[in-house]
Amino acid sequence: MIDFTGKMNISVKDCNLYYGDFHALKNINIEIPEKQVTALIGPSGCGKSTFLKILNRMNDLVEDCKITGSFKIGNIDIFDKETDINALRKNVGMVFQKPNPFPMSIYDNIAFAPRTFGIKKRSELDEIVENSLRRASIWDEVKDRLKKSALGMSGGQQQRLCIARSLAANPKILLMDEPTSALDPISTGKIEELMEELKKDLTIVIVTHNMQQATRIADNTAFFLLGELIEYGATDDIFSSPGDERTERYITGRFG
Amino acid sequence: MRKLYSALKIICLVALGITLICLVAVIAYVLIKGTGKLSFDLLFGDYKSSPSILPAFVGMLELVAIASLIAVPIGVASAIFLVEYTNNKGKLVRIIQVATETLAGIPSIVYGLFGYLIFVVAFGWGYSIIGGGITLAIMILPTIVRSTQESLLSVQGGLREGSYALGASKVRTIFKIVLPSASGGIVTAIILAIGRVVSESAVLILTIGMVVNKVPQNLLSPGTSLALDIYYFASNGYRDEAAATSVVLLVFVIFLNLLASGIGKLIKKSTGEEK
Ligand SMILES: Nc1ncnc2c1ncn2[C@@H]1O[C@H](COP(=O)(O)OP(=O)(O)OP(=O)(O)O)[C@@H](O)[C@H]1O
Ligand SMILES: [Mg+2]
Repeated sequence: MIDFTGKMNISVKDCNLYYGDFHALKNINIEIPEKQVTALIGPSGCGKSTFLKILNRMNDLVEDCKITGSFKIGNIDIFDKETDINALRKNVGMVFQKPNPFPMSIYDNIAFAPRTFGIKKRSELDEIVENSLRRASIWDEVKDRLKKSALGMSGGQQQRLCIARSLAANPKILLMDEPTSALDPISTGKIEELMEELKKDLTIVIVTHNMQQATRIADNTAFFLLGELIEYGATDDIFSSPGDERTERYITGRFG
Repeated sequence: MRKLYSALKIICLVALGITLICLVAVIAYVLIKGTGKLSFDLLFGDYKSSPSILPAFVGMLELVAIASLIAVPIGVASAIFLVEYTNNKGKLVRIIQVATETLAGIPSIVYGLFGYLIFVVAFGWGYSIIGGGITLAIMILPTIVRSTQESLLSVQGGLREGSYALGASKVRTIFKIVLPSASGGIVTAIILAIGRVVSESAVLILTIGMVVNKVPQNLLSPGTSLALDIYYFASNGYRDEAAATSVVLLVFVIFLNLLASGIGKLIKKSTGEEK
């Protein structure tokens, strides 16, 4: 069994990733501190999602995807043979760009992960469901319709449901791939507040195309360009005095 | 030009009219000829004094049971393997694709001949319900594989990703997420396949014989089906009985088609995909 109780900082060294012949990530080195929000920014196709998906090994599902380098969460080696991929994914949750609620009731959506890991007792599940929905600040909106299909919710509600669904697995790290790009400003605001709250216990890595969002929520920001990590540091530094001309041009909206 | 256009329009209208008349004529003729002849004796009689389709009912139920018990699990499992374990790509998938498409297009009498040579002759079972049922299973297998594949492929990729990302295994993802989402389409396909079993005749002439006057004792007995009864009655001078049997068969097939679309909708509703 891998132990996810230690420090949850992420350390990536000499990461290279190929889709077939295509070199999608080039020599990435990055240290992501625990219990902070780290934003990945950069123009479309630069490899942000690809990088994110390394951390919960979703790229394993992609044929012809070759990855080299060293990847650690605390002292767990992500790609070690001993590392159980399902346990890894339980502890490294992921929220996708497009809300993807399962076609089942709200309750069953949230209970999916705990049931996966063997929790059957009704009272225990009830508690996890309520807790997770509360943490995702959607409990009040859905508490009277837990048995209703999750597909009947609004887009913003669905996305918070998906966050709650991830939280129900009790992850230590939460990866979010443009979680608010399909949402209206009010839902976006709610999810941003949520991240503020969640980072007390969780390490959050978020991909965003929205510069204001990065400055609002991220402690650190990494700028990717064409598969390379151009610049990485405290968000305030990156946005007030970017060290690289390309970073400056991107964040001031002059390309990308 | 104008004249040409209006002439074209008239030709199309006439064609449509002929189509409609053909459709209505068949159904109306069968109903008019057959409904009057529907009687208790025909439906449930013991075939002592007058013809009865009770043996055909029993035969049909047994054939449907055998064919679906064999073809549904094998077909659905094959489709799951192709879509979920090979990503629906690769040489094996290509070969199976071509094979299922070819098999689906083969006239049913060819399946019948196969069943005859294997079960009736080689196995020495003679004409039997079981031989016919297995042959029908082979006949509907390709369609079940194909339509299950389609249903599985139409499940959004985001759902699978979402399940894996929560730490669910492949098996759990397939059984808890993918299959329930695809079940509407799969069940519809199964019911339509059952419709083919119910209305098939060519295969059965060569495999279960055409013993119209005895309820089959067991699965190794020869038997009959509704479609065979129609053929038998018509060619032995019982024209009204043939029409009446057609009415029954027609009702069955229409019922199965309604059931197919109804169940698809119902399952979508229960998962919330449709309101
Ligand atoms: N499964 C795949 N097979 C082959 N190439 C891929 C695959 N997934 C992504 N790529 C390629 O890798 C590069 C990086 O893709 P990625 O999705 O990581 O970009 P991104 O930075 O997330 O972009 P966006 O902001 O548009 O989401 C792109 O050029 C993309 O075409
Ligand atoms: Mg992306």
